[in-house]
Amino acid sequence: MMRTRMAVVGAVTATTLALAACGGGAQPSGPAGATGGGGGGQAGANGFSAWVLTGATQTTMKNSLEQWTQAHADAPATAEYFANDSYKEKIRTAVGSGNAPTLIWSWAGGTLKDYVKNKNVVDLTASTKTLQDRIVPSVMETGKVDGKVYAVPNNNAQPVLMYTNKEVLSKAGINAAPKTYAELLDQVQKLKSAGVDTPIALAGQSLWPELMWIEYLVDRQAGDQLFKKIANGDPSAWDDPAMIDGLTKIQELVKAGAFGDKYGSVTADSGADAALIHTGRSAMMLQGAWVYGTFLTDAPDFVKAGKLGWAPFPTIDGGKGDPSNVYGNPSNFWSVSASATPAQQQAAIKYLNEGMFNDNYLNDLVAGGMVPVTSDAQSKFTGEQKEFLTYAFDMTKNAKNFQLSWDQALSPAQSQAILQNLGQIFLNQITPQQFVSAVKAVK
Amino acid sequence: MSTSTHGAGASAPAPAAERVDPTASWRGSRPRGGRNGVGTPGPSVWLAVPALLFFAFFAIIPLLGVVVLSFMQWDGLGTPVFIGADNWIRVLADPVAQNGLKLTLLLTVATLAIQMPISILLGVFMAGTQKYRAFLSVLYFLPLLFSAAAVGIAFKALMDPNFGLGRAFGLDWLNKDWLGRPGLAMPALLFVICWCFIPFHSLLYQGAARQIPVTLYEAAKIDGAGRISTFFHITLPQLRNTIITSSTLQIVGTLTSFDLIFIMTGGGPGDATRVMPLDMYLRGFRAYDMGAASVVGVVIAVLGLLISFLLNTLSGNTKMDSQMEGA
Repeated sequence: MMRTRMAVVGAVTATTLALAACGGGAQPSGPAGATGGGGGGQAGANGFSAWVLTGATQTTMKNSLEQWTQAHADAPATAEYFANDSYKEKIRTAVGSGNAPTLIWSWAGGTLKDYVKNKNVVDLTASTKTLQDRIVPSVMETGKVDGKVYAVPNNNAQPVLMYTNKEVLSKAGINAAPKTYAELLDQVQKLKSAGVDTPIALAGQSLWPELMWIEYLVDRQAGDQLFKKIANGDPSAWDDPAMIDGLTKIQELVKAGAFGDKYGSVTADSGADAALIHTGRSAMMLQGAWVYGTFLTDAPDFVKAGKLGWAPFPTIDGGKGDPSNVYGNPSNFWSVSASATPAQQQAAIKYLNEGMFNDNYLNDLVAGGMVPVTSDAQSKFTGEQKEFLTYAFDMTKNAKNFQLSWDQALSPAQSQAILQNLGQIFLNQITPQQFVSAVKAVK
Repeated sequence: MSTSTHGAGASAPAPAAERVDPTASWRGSRPRGGRNGVGTPGPSVWLAVPALLFFAFFAIIPLLGVVVLSFMQWDGLGTPVFIGADNWIRVLADPVAQNGLKLTLLLTVATLAIQMPISILLGVFMAGTQKYRAFLSVLYFLPLLFSAAAVGIAFKALMDPNFGLGRAFGLDWLNKDWLGRPGLAMPALLFVICWCFIPFHSLLYQGAARQIPVTLYEAAKIDGAGRISTFFHITLPQLRNTIITSSTLQIVGTLTSFDLIFIMTGGGPGDATRVMPLDMYLRGFRAYDMGAASVVGVVIAVLGLLISFLLNTLSGNTKMDSQMEGA
């Protein structure tokens, strides 16, 4: 009898285990709650399909696509919605196997270059002229590969800037955000002695917020040409003294306790870094403009009371970088799939030209605390968001160079190597020199 | 690339299924049917066909696909290019992959060393018939009901260094960066993994302990054996087969453990918790280096098969007869 029992238990558990293993692996890549205008996500013969990211600008996209379908019943838009990570995992295989939606959402950069190289997307230079004329030029540049437009912006500018909690700063006797790196170090000391254990909030587990630090430090020190060389495939640029210098400065900040000692498990997706700011446990945070929306929803009183401050990244004494240079995501982008039929491509391009950035679209973006990327957006800024949005908009418009963040601009393999090794720089596990040689080796 | 996850996941537990003799239940229920009797009427072999087809489609073929892919360069777009053993040379020499192997083995040994004694003790305890034990058993089994994703998210929130348990209870010693310090992350994960799976293994041992005939204990009592000596001389030897089952499941399960770690640390800090399945995933779906990811996938599958096979051979699976004979 015992054997019978064990046989059954064994068989059942083996199956469960097998299923569990499959489930575990498949889960992150599964579609996240597919809902859509026409459902199914399959494009109609004359319409087009789009995979849209959930989160900040989802409402804008959903409203826009639904209104478009109502007005153009003969060429309807069908949409599916995905969370960030599951989208990134699914889209590449979909594009690679010719099953992409008509409109392909992206961050441009390295991925777009791959798409162009493999002829997965169509040239939009001539067909979206109407739209291009309305876009802020520094943003439009990001959608180009070899001078031709393959992707057009579809939402908001996301410059990275320094958020501050004015109250915490003034408690430590500080009146304004740091203007130079030396001032930053000094303020960290002042905050520490005022009892602020974590002067700068950092979402270390997410890794990409750590990237913002090295991006800005290198840019302020050496200017924007250094990274442009790297992005153009010149690995020797990694050896530039500015790179070592930036990495050394990071370790200097870590040693000074600028990020406290508990940043390693903080994630940005859950807004845990922003929470440190609005609960008054940290004074500064380097993050993207999209986090303003998080502050608006998570701590509306904090924003209303005027306690939230913002400033550009500090300059470095003797640095060559233009202080107006900005890092971040210039926008998200739409590309048109080359595997769609000509009729579907036509319908999608018509939407890009006529359906985007109309009054409703702009109002939806602004209501969510987003900075639309069209030159005429400024007139829409109203209410309590006005001050921040105007600042972020000017920051985008006046940037001498708006550089797409490294992890998006380079190939996926390179960006993974950078993130992995940068995490170890922040943990003091490797030296700047080790970082450079590890990253340089990856193509 | 989903093939590799499935390939490794589905193929690894296979040996656990293999060691279950398909005719065991039939033989067990009709002991007089003759153990090795030739020509004994039994279920037709054709009954196994659907299961075998399923296994071939979802385990064998993807596994072969992964082996082929491990010799190719493919970034998810375009066509895979054959590059010989380059991936293998690169991955096997990669300190990140070596670290992954080390961590996986470490995790396997640690989970086994922690889970086995606790599960046996809990299982034997729960096998008792007292009412309060039944009530406690229900509580112990709760973790079995939760999905790994939910457990991961919940523990991640509890272990948050700024807004977690330590803050809720005002206990400063709990305010550590459990998942963010290289020295703490692995032990913290180990704790959660054990919390998740000890109930399951206790359940196995509970069932097995209940099967031990009371007569054995009565005889021992008459001979003057105490509680502890009956545990070591009767209970443990009687649980031998279950111990083999349970440790096979634990080892294979740990080799493929992914979801909890993915949610709680994502392999960080640095590469402190980047075990092999996670390494495979990050290479495949973050760096889009499908060739290298396949190499890791193949290594996991081979390792799982090898360990299960060894375990079966060493434990004398072939002559696994009832321990009760002669009792």
